[in-house]
Amino acid sequence: MNDQFTPPPTPGCRNAPILKQRGQREVFCGLTGIIWLHRKIQDAFFLVVGSRTCAHLLQSAAGVMIFAEPRFGTAILEESDLAGLNDAHAELDKTVEQLLARRPDIRQLFLVGSCPSEVIKLDLSRAAERLTQQFAPAVRVLEYSGSGIETTFTQGEDACLAAMVPVLPASDARELLVVGALPDVVEDQMLALLDGLGVGPVRVLPARSIDAEVGIGPNTVYALTQPFLTETHAALERRGAQHLAAPFPFGDEGTTAWLQTIADAFGVSAETFAEVTDAPRRRARAAIAQASAPLNDKSVFFFPDSQLEVPLARFLTRECGMSAVEVGMPYIHDAIHGPDLDLLPEGPQISEGQDVDLQLDRCRDARPDLTVCGLGLANPLEAEGLSTKWAIELVFTPVHFYEQAGDLASLFARPLRRKAILKHEGVAAE
Amino acid sequence: MKLTVWTYEGPPHVGAMRVATGMKGLHYVLHAPQGDTYADLLFTMIERRDHRPPVTYTTFQARDLGSDTAGLFKKACQDAYDRFQPEAIIVGASCTAELIQDDPGGLAETMGLPVPVIPLELPSYQRKENFGADETFLQIVRHLAKPMPKTERVSCNIIGPTALGFRHRDDVQEITNLLYELGIEVNVTAPMGATPTGIARMGQAHFNVLLYPETGEQAARYCEKTFDQPYTKVIPIGAGATHDFIAEIRALSGSKAEIDTDRLRQSWWSRSVDSTYLTGKRVFIFGDGTHVQTAARIARDEMGFEVAGIGCYNREFARPVRALAKEYGLEALITDDYLEVERAIEELQPEMILGTQMERHIGKRLGIPCAVISAPVHVQDFPARYSPQMGFEGANVIFDTWIHPLVMGLEEHLLHMFREDFEFNDAAGPSHHGGHAPKPAEAHSNEAPAPQTQTAQSGEVIWLDQAERELKKIPFFVRGKARRNTESFAAEKGLHEISIDTLYEAKAHFAR
Repeated sequence: MNDQFTPPPTPGCRNAPILKQRGQREVFCGLTGIIWLHRKIQDAFFLVVGSRTCAHLLQSAAGVMIFAEPRFGTAILEESDLAGLNDAHAELDKTVEQLLARRPDIRQLFLVGSCPSEVIKLDLSRAAERLTQQFAPAVRVLEYSGSGIETTFTQGEDACLAAMVPVLPASDARELLVVGALPDVVEDQMLALLDGLGVGPVRVLPARSIDAEVGIGPNTVYALTQPFLTETHAALERRGAQHLAAPFPFGDEGTTAWLQTIADAFGVSAETFAEVTDAPRRRARAAIAQASAPLNDKSVFFFPDSQLEVPLARFLTRECGMSAVEVGMPYIHDAIHGPDLDLLPEGPQISEGQDVDLQLDRCRDARPDLTVCGLGLANPLEAEGLSTKWAIELVFTPVHFYEQAGDLASLFARPLRRKAILKHEGVAAE
Repeated sequence: MKLTVWTYEGPPHVGAMRVATGMKGLHYVLHAPQGDTYADLLFTMIERRDHRPPVTYTTFQARDLGSDTAGLFKKACQDAYDRFQPEAIIVGASCTAELIQDDPGGLAETMGLPVPVIPLELPSYQRKENFGADETFLQIVRHLAKPMPKTERVSCNIIGPTALGFRHRDDVQEITNLLYELGIEVNVTAPMGATPTGIARMGQAHFNVLLYPETGEQAARYCEKTFDQPYTKVIPIGAGATHDFIAEIRALSGSKAEIDTDRLRQSWWSRSVDSTYLTGKRVFIFGDGTHVQTAARIARDEMGFEVAGIGCYNREFARPVRALAKEYGLEALITDDYLEVERAIEELQPEMILGTQMERHIGKRLGIPCAVISAPVHVQDFPARYSPQMGFEGANVIFDTWIHPLVMGLEEHLLHMFREDFEFNDAAGPSHHGGHAPKPAEAHSNEAPAPQTQTAQSGEVIWLDQAERELKKIPFFVRGKARRNTESFAAEKGLHEISIDTLYEAKAHFAR
């Protein structure tokens, strides 16, 4: 069925000039990833070592007050912790002891570095080593940085997964490892597709619990499901595993290309591939066609946020009939984003990093039909008459693979449909 | 180090943002890393503001730390001035920038900007959001307000309202109208709605009306000392407090104007017979110090509730809240750890909670109705309709808000009479709540009691089967109280088992 795709554009955006600006950014820091990671990894606790700001960010960004018993918390640094680092380590040990005593079900503890802990050079790797020794084998303690001086938004998940790679046991089995936290329902769909292709056993990172973790080694082949996993990618390469570079599994085209890359690596026949993918592809295309009607011939402008921007721009331009004005990414990594950039038709300004005021100027000049941006910008832009889609929803909603392709298109279509439905206030309906 | 899962207050620079965002013509240059921009969404999403907060974040990264974060700050400051042309600038550091000690105040001073630059010192590792707002507003007033001759007619300033405040928008309107009725002009309302130019004129007023001590008390004190402006001490939340407030204003201003109290429906609503069922309901009150103190008075004196527990999360108000608790024969709970609050509520088993959004969640978990009386705010605390807490209309709004979560008058009786009706039973919740009625948390009452009664109670009190079944026939909103009373009755009598008889003896014992 490949013949039904629009042929790849020539040229795509892989070699397009990139606008790099430096100024105020309007993005979350990597701590935000904890909000979905702590639900995904069910025996893990995420302990941020940081300030009241970190705690406030976590509760505000989630837009929720509190989960029943959240598996994350913040060890808030106080004046006395800043005075002496040894005392800070002792304090941290005490806090962890308290925590683990209260939550005996916790098997993995992540110490998460923050801006303040990094500026005072509180060595969390030392702490993690010490605490692992103390609590092994009941609890494994790892550390990573979610700080805003090192990471943006989704890079937190990357740092977390990258921290897990070195401690996975070695294995010589030729196995597929799929990397990236997906909603459980989506992960199950993906596993069913791969199972249908006869690729198995398939391993996933992060596993839902520490017992489900598997070994890796030079025979491990891995595919990424999220475009923000650059450090994890590097860590896996260091363990000798082989990367299957592919467009990301958004929409019919992305999902098919992603699966095809895996099928090729595992010698799956064209017949089997068609057998497994034909029906879901047909469903996906029908759903996209229906959901994307309001998007046809409309323009879209991406502020850098979730790092999903390039693959999503590819989906919107090639499968939903939109044109991209600007595609901003927090950072661009050729080995990971290249395949999607190849498919993205020439035209949009590709930008990396951000000076939010200058980018807002460009956005206002372009007056796109749809602007994808963070929560801090959405209402102000709506008030200026620009329709917006909150980027954070793209990370919190199941959007990968065939069965979600229609949902993904409707996420973008909904603001436009809503604008069309609402009658302007004070204006009589005509 | 303090393990925190959730926090009632943000860091102090968020308090400064509430001041800056409430004002016009002021810009805040905040030395901070990129993640700190999350705070923008508090204003654009929770409060649905249609403008970005007037804040420029310097956005330094790890690689800048060894080089020139100070240069970065100066550039951001200059760019912000050039782009936004504010009348004044406040500069400060978030928690991370405080550690790198660039001294934003000193740096900005050397830049020779043609507008006042006000440095803020907000210790992130000691203080919190309310202090940040209070201190920021004080510094703005200190730097901008000048001594001036008083206005000819009696006038006052309204002090304390900020962006992201609990009902500040409508409170200000209500109190402005009330002052107008009293023949008093409002000179400046600040920080919310004020410009730096307006702040400069604050000295013209004859006195100040302090609506929110949490965010305005330091400035009110400063004005008292510097401009000879006394300030009001009564917070006009509740009917009684509003009357006291009017008396206080009359004393300060000499106003003799008549006030039309017809719109105060609350007092008749509370006396009308349907409200009889409110009598003696045990309420637990928790929130910021000011709202808690006013709520306690309303609860006892205007609703006829029994205040069963009281506390606040802002330590700055521990003293007055403790004193008030004593007056009510209680010990105040002063904590910013919501788990402690939850434990207190679980133990007290009140029939209603007056709290913050967090207590609303706690109530949901425990099956106890809750009305929200205080920040921290949530998108629901910014209703589209006019909905003040202060003044006469505020008293009306509070009456409605507080009784809404409860099962009403006759409905309560019907539930008592026909406990096992398959449709109309207590598990269905109050009939005016539709599908989202608070579940009575059967999980709690089914599973929790057995171990609780056997272990938690001193003297090993055990509920006999029949008594346990009888207890379940009691509607959920009084079941907690009945269980507690019976257990304490049994303990008092030295009983080890609770039978149906014990249950009813206890009922008779505690009858009012």
